[in-house]
Amino acid sequence: MTAPAVDNTTKNANGKDAILQVRNLKKYFPITSGIIFQRQVDAVKAVDGVSFEVLRGETLGLVGESGCGKSTTGRTILQLYKPTAGEVIFEGKDLTKLPSAEMRKMRRDIQMIFQDPYASLNPRMNVGRIVSEPLIVHNVGSDKERQERVAYLLEKVGLNPYFVNRYPHEFSGGQRQRIGIARALALDPSFIVCDEPISALDVSIQAQVVNLLQDLQKELGLTYLFIAHDLSMIRHICNRVAVMYMGRIMETAPTDELYENPLHPYTQLLLSAVPIPDPEIERVRQRMERPSVLADFRDKNNILELKEQKPGHFVAEIVGRVQG
Amino acid sequence: MTTSEQAQKPTLVGVPELAQDMHHTNKLWVDAWKRLIRNRAAVVGLVIVILSVLIAIFAPYIAPNDYREQVLTNNNSAPRWVIDLFPNMKAKDEEGGWVTVSEDYILGADNLGRDLLSRIIYGSRVSLSVAFVGPMVSLAVGLILGLVSGYAGGRVDNLIMRLVDIMYAFPTILLVILLMAYFRATFNASDQGTFAYRLNQIDSRFGGMLFIFIGIGLTSWMNTARLARGQVLSIRQREYIEAATSVGASDFTIIFRHILPNILGPIVVAETLTIPTYISFEAFLSFIGLGVNPPTPSWGSMIADGAGAISSYPHQAIFPSMALFLIMFAFNFLGDGLRDALDPHMSRT
Repeated sequence: MTAPAVDNTTKNANGKDAILQVRNLKKYFPITSGIIFQRQVDAVKAVDGVSFEVLRGETLGLVGESGCGKSTTGRTILQLYKPTAGEVIFEGKDLTKLPSAEMRKMRRDIQMIFQDPYASLNPRMNVGRIVSEPLIVHNVGSDKERQERVAYLLEKVGLNPYFVNRYPHEFSGGQRQRIGIARALALDPSFIVCDEPISALDVSIQAQVVNLLQDLQKELGLTYLFIAHDLSMIRHICNRVAVMYMGRIMETAPTDELYENPLHPYTQLLLSAVPIPDPEIERVRQRMERPSVLADFRDKNNILELKEQKPGHFVAEIVGRVQG
Repeated sequence: MTTSEQAQKPTLVGVPELAQDMHHTNKLWVDAWKRLIRNRAAVVGLVIVILSVLIAIFAPYIAPNDYREQVLTNNNSAPRWVIDLFPNMKAKDEEGGWVTVSEDYILGADNLGRDLLSRIIYGSRVSLSVAFVGPMVSLAVGLILGLVSGYAGGRVDNLIMRLVDIMYAFPTILLVILLMAYFRATFNASDQGTFAYRLNQIDSRFGGMLFIFIGIGLTSWMNTARLARGQVLSIRQREYIEAATSVGASDFTIIFRHILPNILGPIVVAETLTIPTYISFEAFLSFIGLGVNPPTPSWGSMIADGAGAISSYPHQAIFPSMALFLIMFAFNFLGDGLRDALDPHMSRT
């Protein structure tokens, strides 16, 4: 493929193989007023200068409270939203600068698993059509090969291949999410953005789906960006974690390091909110107060920078203020 | 998919019928049909609509007489049972009576001595043509504009919707009356061989229906465009549209494979429920003399003819009114049934 490449290497500064590098990514949603002649009056800074990288074969967790911009980050990486600024370098190519035809080809390698399995499947299409859609769109294989591929994928995600003629409403939430996973796997992608793939499911089903995702990762060599707000699930599945707050990254570290030694006040606050499955302890446990220093991190006029405190453990610090 | 993975795939061996089964007919529409035929009112409506279509198609074989033939001795005549039906009609053989009794025609005759039943049967052709062409025109223009408007958004959306607003601001009936009067006047006077002349030729061949179609087309698409746009806007927010984008589907695929099938239900329902409006619109135009050309019968023009003598010869207005009433009710019941059958809530169970 001849695409405008920014730098053709996927190696990061430390010489590691980073499949995805996000640099200073911004996504602002304009607030407009006026009926015929619309003008922008303000902007919601959903993602405000996010930088991170995902190494090949790992699972990076992206955590944060509701509305902190984690889903928007995922969607902006996939160019479902057009980024306001910044670079998304996937396999050495800056996705933000790819022409749309090139981007469409690129989508074979990057897929997404969506949060709501009730909304992410077209109710007017049967399972066979849903799962084979990526193949049809990219013109892969003959009709018969596609059918075989669909049957193979359904089996792979633990569904009966006989289900091809059924419609989404005939399935439970967990089964629907499996269909969504099968669709994401159809084109053999190398990288999958999982946008809270389990938060809409029953707890008993969550474990099954997470285990399925882990098995598939091992088997197919996938790389995940795992967006979630369930901290114990993140700990279970992720190699590294990035903590987001108000559209910016506060701390990134290897999972165990982050959970045992959280350095940023926001991370400490988040972790203190994780419930402990023992009523005796839970009843007497003191939760952390919201530290006042968080107001400074919330302030968009403060410039943040990630500083490496320990090897691989980055913490955001305020390095200055925007004038004006 | 690697070949080694394909090789260790035992399940496909046991499912030979899978291949033929994969692209079978759309079960959702079958389910909707089942729900429709369980609805008694909708079935009655459907039966009446189908019967009317058959009557319209086979009118020459069904009608007992020629709809143009004037038998002057039968002027305003009515058979005995019609006179008994309407209490204010009195037969000539009664004291002070005025209605000629004639058993030639089942429903009696109009003021020119033409068979009322045959005229009603032929009149169904006009009403049903309007019932089918109206939605076609409205869909062809409105659905496409609505899809484009809703999907493109931004400036295109703004432009199309303001155009719709402007069209809405015109008083529809006045606009159509002016247009019809203008068409008739200019096209009749146009020279042989011009486009206007040819249009007029086509129009007179169809008994004056072409201009009715044009009038309906000009005024009916706005509702559909608005509805389609609104539906597109709501469907576009769904995650499955994002999912389609994220696998690399083109705009064309998204519009026609994902959005259109999901908005079709409400639009079909809305169009079916608008059909009575088209029918009554045609009847109204014929009533005020801007519709079909005589002697082509239309229920509207028959009601207009009969209305003048409604106290003396009520059957001339009442029978075509009943036909109009019946077909409008049938389409309404059918539309209601369709709405229940295609209820979007079922998609979630």
